[in-house]
Amino acid sequence: MNREATLSIDTGTVERLMPLLRFADRTRRALQYPLLGIAGLFALWYWGGWAIANNEDTMAFASFAPGPTLAAFWDIVSSGAVWSPIESSLYRVGWGLGYAIAIGVPLGVMIGYFLTLKQVTHVPFQFLRMISPLAWMPIAVLAFATWDAAIIFLIAIAAVWPITYATAHGVQRIDPMWLKVGNNLGANPYHTLRYIVMPAIAQDVFAGIRLAVGVAWIVLVPAEYLGVTSGLGYAINDARDTLEYDKLAAFVLVIGIIGYMLDAICVRLIKRSSYHAEG
Amino acid sequence: MGAAISIDYITHHYPGQEEPTLKDIEVNVAPGETVALIGQSGCGKSTLLHMLAGLLIPSDGCVRINGHQVIKPSPRWNMMFQKPSLYPWMTVRKNASLGLIFQGRKRDMRERIDQLLETVGLTDKAEVNVQSLSGGQQQRVALARSLATDPELLLLDEPFSALDAFTRVALQDEVTRLARERGISVVFVTHDIEEAVAMADRVLVMGSNPGTITAELRIDIDHPRDRNSQPFVDRKAELMGYFGATRTPAADPEPAGSEPPSPEAESEIQAADPAATESRARVRAA
Ligand SMILES: Nc1ncnc2c1ncn2[C@@H]1O[C@H](COP(=O)(O)OP(=O)(O)O)[C@@H](O)[C@H]1O
Ligand SMILES: [Mg+2]
Repeated sequence: MNREATLSIDTGTVERLMPLLRFADRTRRALQYPLLGIAGLFALWYWGGWAIANNEDTMAFASFAPGPTLAAFWDIVSSGAVWSPIESSLYRVGWGLGYAIAIGVPLGVMIGYFLTLKQVTHVPFQFLRMISPLAWMPIAVLAFATWDAAIIFLIAIAAVWPITYATAHGVQRIDPMWLKVGNNLGANPYHTLRYIVMPAIAQDVFAGIRLAVGVAWIVLVPAEYLGVTSGLGYAINDARDTLEYDKLAAFVLVIGIIGYMLDAICVRLIKRSSYHAEG
Repeated sequence: MGAAISIDYITHHYPGQEEPTLKDIEVNVAPGETVALIGQSGCGKSTLLHMLAGLLIPSDGCVRINGHQVIKPSPRWNMMFQKPSLYPWMTVRKNASLGLIFQGRKRDMRERIDQLLETVGLTDKAEVNVQSLSGGQQQRVALARSLATDPELLLLDEPFSALDAFTRVALQDEVTRLARERGISVVFVTHDIEEAVAMADRVLVMGSNPGTITAELRIDIDHPRDRNSQPFVDRKAELMGYFGATRTPAADPEPAGSEPPSPEAESEIQAADPAATESRARVRAA
């Protein structure tokens, strides 16, 4: 009798808590491995900081450790000093990527569509692709009136290749029957592009843009070491010159976080542009 | 109204080929008529159909539809293929609407497509993605897409051969009914003798190397056709006979007669008995 009563109360409570428990369980499953990875990175960082601090030769750089870095990170965020370099850097990356997309997508469509063009461009493009964008720096500085324009050029020239080749790859994978059917239904070239080619290659294009964002973000920092007086690269260089290693590390942290966020946005776009049915 | 087709002495060489793929093909199709092309794999049936669609230009001779020479594709004559080739990023409705969108006929498009989807039995699927449909339903969407632009001529290249026997029979009857209702001319390619007898007013038997029309059979059975009726069975047997007669002795080492069909013949005259194919397919799936 008594036992039954307890049981019924228990099941009632459990039932009411069930959605909450399920939610907690799902969250735990979704986060446990990423959190493990983050914890690992922090442990490594902590250990590195400790090793630096305990070595006489490197002691001066002890503020690379997590403690001072996070304090400096809090400083630049709360004082608002972090926003202006972020803005400058995103401005350059945005324009650089914009040009890369505006050139890379049409170029990729043509290379994917015309086999001859692919063969003609193969050697020159692979050649150009393998030259570090930073090698263009002196030429870019001569060719462009402003530092900003030079940096945007460097980013664009680095980002254009992944976009071009991912687009071309997408075009080559288009089912020829789709074009034949479109043709048969009376599609003009604009229709073919708008209703058939673009939706078919959207996912490949965004995959290319994701790679391009990675490359652009990597090129940005060294490009900003030179000449300009704004941006994240400049902030790092500046912190080094004034020996503020905690601030330097804090900016490294900022670069990593923003890079991660840009990549996450691209992943979302890739998913959204996929036409494959879920599951 | 259905298109009148005249195929005028077509001979075709693919680039770099010595022997013509098609030679001296001459056929007329009356408005509203349904014509089947049947023949061995590689005899040039698809090639001929592509020419009717304007997707391929013959090296000699020409195709005229309603007196005009066919030089490019047009939504007025529509081709359907073995694969439905729907656009997987679109809904059923969008896929079916595409011909109208390309023609800029967007007025009343919704109502037209609603009617068409009802005709092919897909009303409740209008807004779902085509990837969630079965093969037969996908081919129905392709049919709706082809009919949306009010074509005068429907060209079908083995459109039902990838479907299971039940769906195939249902679609054969459906296409025949729709084409007759709308007076559309139909030219279709098939490997399936029963399909030819079920749908066609006239069957053209093609031989290969080079592709020519070797025999012609008129099927004057009233619609809807009962597949078990004596005339139907007779026509099937007759067509089978024509088909055997087109095989060259060199390709058939056994003297013609009581021998069982060679494996080659069996695969060519595929699914003459759909039930047998069906059961074979099931055995493989099991
Ligand atoms: N694009 C092409 N280029 C060269 N030869 C082709 C091409 N398409 C088909 N052929 C040849 O033409 C012949 C007829 O092909 P096809 O019309 O597809 O036959 P079927 O549809 O009757 O099976 C075949 O021998 C094939 O090899
Ligand atoms: Mg064929």
